Amino acid sequence: MSAENSRAAESSHPTPALYGLILAILVSGTALTYFAATWEMGIFNPIVALTIACTKATLVILYFMHVRYSNKLTIITVCAGFFWLLILISLSLSDYLTR
Amino acid sequence: MSTNQTTAPATGHHPAWAHQFENMQQQKEASSFGMWVFLLTEIMMFGGLFTAYMIYRIKFYDAFVAGSSSINVQWGFGNTLVLIGSSFTMAMAVWAAHKGKRMQQVVYLVLTMVLGTAFLGVKAVEYKAKYDECHIPGQVIGKGFNATGGPGCSGEGANIAEELEHPKTLAGKEVAGKPRAAAEQIARQSELFFVFYFAMTGLHATHMIIGLGVLAWILRRAWKSEFGPAYYTPVENFGLYWHFVDIVWIYLFPLLYLINRIPHH
Repeated sequence: MSAENSRAAESSHPTPALYGLILAILVSGTALTYFAATWEMGIFNPIVALTIACTKATLVILYFMHVRYSNKLTIITVCAGFFWLLILISLSLSDYLTR
Repeated sequence: MSTNQTTAPATGHHPAWAHQFENMQQQKEASSFGMWVFLLTEIMMFGGLFTAYMIYRIKFYDAFVAGSSSINVQWGFGNTLVLIGSSFTMAMAVWAAHKGKRMQQVVYLVLTMVLGTAFLGVKAVEYKAKYDECHIPGQVIGKGFNATGGPGCSGEGANIAEELEHPKTLAGKEVAGKPRAAAEQIARQSELFFVFYFAMTGLHATHMIIGLGVLAWILRRAWKSEFGPAYYTPVENFGLYWHFVDIVWIYLFPLLYLINRIPHH
């Protein structure tokens, strides 16, 4: 029972100011991804678009979804999910792109 | 055992505490873990769609660009901002619940609902435009798929073949396009792009509709002061779901709307 108090104190939350900052970055990222799509960058167009999207997603996961403030079990669960996604996409594409 | 149960209320523990858990913190961590495992299955479901999308986009790149360029990027851009905004208000609702600010929590939950509904409204407008342009895949809905200028298919980008054959610059000047036969073939193949467009945005919108339903239930409980610093797991876990749906859209917007928006010179 005494462990309850000490562990509850551990789980801190981001402040509204930080949430506001994340919102501002997400909005700027959306504008940036739109303008990037109108520039001729060849093969780098999709790479830039996906890099911005991944940055935005990471910010949402770390701050809005509190993963930065979560326990190790949650962090490894999230990592396992995206690692699986990476296997799915990379192995499928390595097959289709080399046929 | 029976004596324990009769004396339990006298200990004054939190009503939300389920007795199989050591304490409230352990209960919260178990719920959070369960929620994340559920979200992992969601990643797998959307992941399959994203992988299939990428394979076909690479294989039929011209058709995907043609289809993508025919959807209204302004609506998609606006909707992205609306959804990011709703993610912010949802995060604030969780924060308010954690701090025990009931009224703020209710306001932020209502704002999240309003933004979520606005997103679906815009989506309906976009679907209607595609319906009028005969860009719904298959021959069942409306007049059937037709991107080569079928009768009764109105709308700015309805005739994808015409667009490919006689592309125009931003200033309205015509530039060299593709031969008619190639343009028609690409326009027909763009049906595949729309299969993915409707499957992915449709599955996403379904998640939004379910989310709004759960949100109404959370709002009702928040209104009845059921959440506070000691217990707000349902708000927090629903927040995880809502943010996940937001993340899916963060990928959908560039992948579906922005494949290639480089103006002709």
